[in-house]
Amino acid sequence: MKDDAREKMIVFEDVSKFYGEILGVNRVNLAIAPGITSLVGPNGSGKTTLMNLMTGLIQPTRGRVSILGVSPQDPQELFRHVGYCAQFDSFPKGLTGYEFVRSFLAVNGLSRGETERLAWRALERVDLVEAAHRKVAGYSKGMRQRVRLAQAIAHDPSVMILDEPLNGLDPMARAETIRLFRQLAREGLHLVISSHILHEVDMMSDCVVLLNYGYVVAEGDVRGVRDEMDEHPLEILIRCDRPAQLAARVFAEDHVVEARLHEDRRGLFVKTRDADHFYLLLNRVVLEDELRVESVAPVDDDLSAVYQYLIGTNGGGSG
Amino acid sequence: MSASVEAGAAGAGLGRLSWGLWRRQILAILRLEVKKNFWGRRALPIYLLAAVPVLLMFALTVLEPEAGRDIARDWGQANVIFANIYEGLILRTVVFFGCAWIFMNLFRGELVDKSLHYYFLAALRREVLVAGKYLSGLLTSIVLFSLTTGGALFLLYLARGYPANAEYFFEGPGLGQALDYLGVTALACVGYGAAFMVIGLFFRNPIIPALVAYGWEWINFLLPPVLKKISIIHYLHSLTPVPVPEGPFALVAEPTPAWVAVPGLLLVTVLVLALASVRIRRMEIRYGGE
Repeated sequence: MKDDAREKMIVFEDVSKFYGEILGVNRVNLAIAPGITSLVGPNGSGKTTLMNLMTGLIQPTRGRVSILGVSPQDPQELFRHVGYCAQFDSFPKGLTGYEFVRSFLAVNGLSRGETERLAWRALERVDLVEAAHRKVAGYSKGMRQRVRLAQAIAHDPSVMILDEPLNGLDPMARAETIRLFRQLAREGLHLVISSHILHEVDMMSDCVVLLNYGYVVAEGDVRGVRDEMDEHPLEILIRCDRPAQLAARVFAEDHVVEARLHEDRRGLFVKTRDADHFYLLLNRVVLEDELRVESVAPVDDDLSAVYQYLIGTNGGGSG
Repeated sequence: MSASVEAGAAGAGLGRLSWGLWRRQILAILRLEVKKNFWGRRALPIYLLAAVPVLLMFALTVLEPEAGRDIARDWGQANVIFANIYEGLILRTVVFFGCAWIFMNLFRGELVDKSLHYYFLAALRREVLVAGKYLSGLLTSIVLFSLTTGGALFLLYLARGYPANAEYFFEGPGLGQALDYLGVTALACVGYGAAFMVIGLFFRNPIIPALVAYGWEWINFLLPPVLKKISIIHYLHSLTPVPVPEGPFALVAEPTPAWVAVPGLLLVTVLVLALASVRIRRMEIRYGGE
């Protein structure tokens, strides 16, 4: 990869990490562009390992990681660009939320005035201004999550690494936080997020990296990943007035592998290996047979389906 | 591969000596750490330990009615007794274990509390973190143990009464001795502090190596001259202002002159801190393994 491209991306080059004899991740090659990239996988799949490698909390056994061209082994340079909201739910003792955010801005070497300004702005962004002068030890889980998020975004990083950032947040706060992530992504930031709540990941991600047992099993935008899964034909539900007639027409096509009536008999599930051809066929049948179609929607092109096909479960926890 | 990454990063860092930035960062670390050292939940044992010699001197000189007269009658002997208390209790026990507690907890305590990663996630060279943490421990230990040394000396003088003390202190060797005691205490914090910080970084359970070091320092007077020099207490012992004529604290070997002992101890401290920096650069945060 050219140096100027590397300076705009998060790059893993043949990265492996072993904890003694236990595999963390193996032979990972990734190039993560700006936008929201979600790391998805079951417990122990290597999500947190990848995040810790990006931030230098652990070092690769083999291979090389670079964040916008900076090595994680150079924290003074790296953390001018990177903010990491780790999963560890622990804090330095005795600090208020404001002191916590401000103190670590000061550790970055910023002036007093600057740390105060940035700390208040970050606390405002996560809606924690009112509780800012309370001790972190007295915060609820959701507030602790938000103050960690404030600390990670306070210095205006261009890369944010967020390990299960929605954990412990109530639905309102989740929606607000996702909105914040989207806004940051629109501003051109890299956001690398791990989450086990697949529909939220699906909603907010530009790109997903699916991990299992320390290996990257798929990466890309969800639809792109789904399209490449030839062994699992795409399932489409067509709601129409004569589904049996439609079934008879489409089943003759080679690329249609299954056609099944919906339980209410007002719809048809079709599994096809070639979605583009199927949609053309559907158009033709609708015109020729004068079918009344209410809706056409893929059933299994979302992240949950991709996850289930590739990893074999319905989603897991952190890893 | 990871080794080459290390070397590359270190080499790149040498080109950017940002003294102003590092000074601000060290001050920020000092503010956080000193507050924790003095007011955190781990501070109480240190206060109790630091109070022991003062309470002992208080019992010996104030609670005992004959003590004042004995001290006034035989000031030379009183000075020797204090020298024994200083070497045996203050230097070898209070300062030793106090520094062990303060400095080993600088990193180990944060690993136990699972909060060290916040420092590792700051735009901060890890060498600067070592320097900031060490200086915070040094400030804490010097303040506390200088108060211990000064308090114990004050009680010794108090028992002797005003006019004799004033003359001894300002016209005799008293002031010099007091400054020497305080200087040796500070130097002990410098040396033991660096040693214990490294022990805290290398050992998951640092109690055992600390006890081994304690034993080594105590048997120093039994060791042959060459081995004596591989200790901190040997150099501190050479610098104490009142020689002890007999017992384990008596100077039986050629004392190391101050112009060798002080820079030597400082040099060793710098080397030990460099070792701590190497260790911290390679340290990984895996709290599950702590």
